[in-house]
Amino acid sequence: MTPDYERWDAERGGEIIAEHAGCEGATLVILHALQEAFGYVPEAAIPMVASALNMSRAEVHGVFTFYHDFRDKPAGRHVLKLCRAEACQAAGGDALAERAEAKLGIALGNTTADRRLTLEPIYCLGLCATAPSAMLDGRLIGRLDEARIDAIVAETQR
Amino acid sequence: MTLQIFVPRDAGALAVGADEVALALEQAAAHRGITIEIVRTGSRGLYWLEPMVEFATPGGRIAFGPARSQDATTLLEAMATDGPHPLRLGVAEQIPWLARQTRLTFARCGVVDPRSIGDYEAHDGYKGLERALELGPDAIISEVTASGLRGRGGAGFPTGIKWKTVSQAKADRKYIVCNADEGDSGTFADRMIMEGDPFLVIEGMTIAGIAVGATKGYIYIRSEYPHAVAAMNAAILAARQSGLLGERIGGSKFSFDIEVRVGAGAYVCGEETSLLESLEGRRGVVRAKPPLPAHHGLFGKPTVINNVLSFAAVPFILARGAKTYADFGMGRSRGTMPIQLAGNICHGGLFETAFGITLGELIDDIGGGTLSGRPVRAVQVGGPLGAYFPRALFDTPFDYEAFAARDGLIGHGGIVVFDDRVDMAKQARFAMEFCAIESCGKCTPCRIGSTRGVETIDRIRRGERLAENIAVIEDLCNTMKFGSLCALGGFTPYPVMSALKHFPEDFGSTPTRLQAAE
Repeated sequence: MTPDYERWDAERGGEIIAEHAGCEGATLVILHALQEAFGYVPEAAIPMVASALNMSRAEVHGVFTFYHDFRDKPAGRHVLKLCRAEACQAAGGDALAERAEAKLGIALGNTTADRRLTLEPIYCLGLCATAPSAMLDGRLIGRLDEARIDAIVAETQR
Repeated sequence: MTLQIFVPRDAGALAVGADEVALALEQAAAHRGITIEIVRTGSRGLYWLEPMVEFATPGGRIAFGPARSQDATTLLEAMATDGPHPLRLGVAEQIPWLARQTRLTFARCGVVDPRSIGDYEAHDGYKGLERALELGPDAIISEVTASGLRGRGGAGFPTGIKWKTVSQAKADRKYIVCNADEGDSGTFADRMIMEGDPFLVIEGMTIAGIAVGATKGYIYIRSEYPHAVAAMNAAILAARQSGLLGERIGGSKFSFDIEVRVGAGAYVCGEETSLLESLEGRRGVVRAKPPLPAHHGLFGKPTVINNVLSFAAVPFILARGAKTYADFGMGRSRGTMPIQLAGNICHGGLFETAFGITLGELIDDIGGGTLSGRPVRAVQVGGPLGAYFPRALFDTPFDYEAFAARDGLIGHGGIVVFDDRVDMAKQARFAMEFCAIESCGKCTPCRIGSTRGVETIDRIRRGERLAENIAVIEDLCNTMKFGSLCALGGFTPYPVMSALKHFPEDFGSTPTRLQAAE
């Protein structure tokens, strides 16, 4: 299961920002902490981060949008990341990604309509000798095959 | 008597059920009334045998694998009686795949408990730091220079020279930065060492700090490696508590501390200047060089930035002497390289060996060919920016210069094996597509070239005006190679051009200009 995230609350957001604002080059540290607490980085947090770090809103927005990890809206209840890099491709990852897309009726990078699952590509989990690999809500899964993909999809639909 | 059992906690082992095996062993032991102690180690890197569990005997550790949780009862029985079992592999160190290696950097990985500084010290840990403190800064740098160690991140720049430059720079603050943004597909050595022997990285960075006069170090770890982040954080805390990080290290006059920073899913941040920008809290946009990070690095201060494996090689060099390290290897590639065998391979894993072994030995002999059992058609060496080599080039020795001479690179030492079902035009397209996704956007050849590259390869794959479009790709690759600011745009031509050159039949069999020139 994904962790239960807090509901966005400006005061709580401010506390998190203040907690990390003193460290060197704090932007990513703060964005990670916000996302860990709320599951995403709400738009309202961007100007707060900017003001705490004496940066412009545009600069913080620029940082936020540069990195693939940061979300501007909550993900589905489960997040399934399928490795799409070369080692997993060599081990049959392309067909498994297509199978997951077909089973869920969504393309990589999307969330199912019932918001149960977000399906994302990831470029390398470092499990290249037990490829193809995936990460379901932080749990690592190696040696994927059709049966395991089907089991994962079924698990997330429960 | 307590039965001591070792189960890896390495992410690669967890992904194939190591936690479940550990739990099942505990349950089986409780059921049978056997007292066991489970030690969670790193991985020895024999991934086709993971989860590989071991138990201690007076004659060495006996390994079993690949273990499944349903094997727990019989495994425990075999361990308690030192009896036979279908998964029994014998003494771990004597498994031929492991016995053939020269493990200098990975000597402890898979052996020790990565959470225990005492275990690290009991296995020759901190011997390098001890000698470094005796030698002092100048002699440390001479030692590292004499070892011939070159940057293991991929560029192969001499580490000693980098350190000397930083030591000679005048500044009020200097930094040590460890590049643990191991984004190349097919590589996992940094992850393994951080998870399996984190104190080694700390020791290497500490020695670097003493050598150049830096008191603060950062390890920038990619977010895709949460287990490595946890292992490094735990080890840093333990080192601080033991007085081996912080003020006056080990009672000496030197101070040094380390902080972990986590990336956010940008491949380009593995490029050193982009990584520094990211550490400073900005977009990971590449900086033009010069100035070099050694002069003008993190927060504008002189900075040593090295890969995990470079730092991890240093304690051995200090403890055993530069010559012992330099005696391994060939030509200008001295010492050992942790090579990673991945993709469609029978025996995938971490193989540390002296430079000079051929690609063919690695793939066929050590790797055992493909897992699918089909013929090997192509191997990509050095990650997404590395060249694809056909079997005809399998006599290439693993050496920086030998690979460069054949328009390839060894990069971070990852090898991804593909069987005969691979479509090389599709792989070339992926190289361009990946570059387009991950480009930081600063320079035009990379930002625009990669997208035009995808479009052009799509036309080739549809069979449109083959000769002309292949000529466009060749021109584009030339522009990207020489016009890009960093290795992302500059090296993307390697996989593209090597695919085109060695596998023209996948591009509609029009001879390329490269082949015509030969």
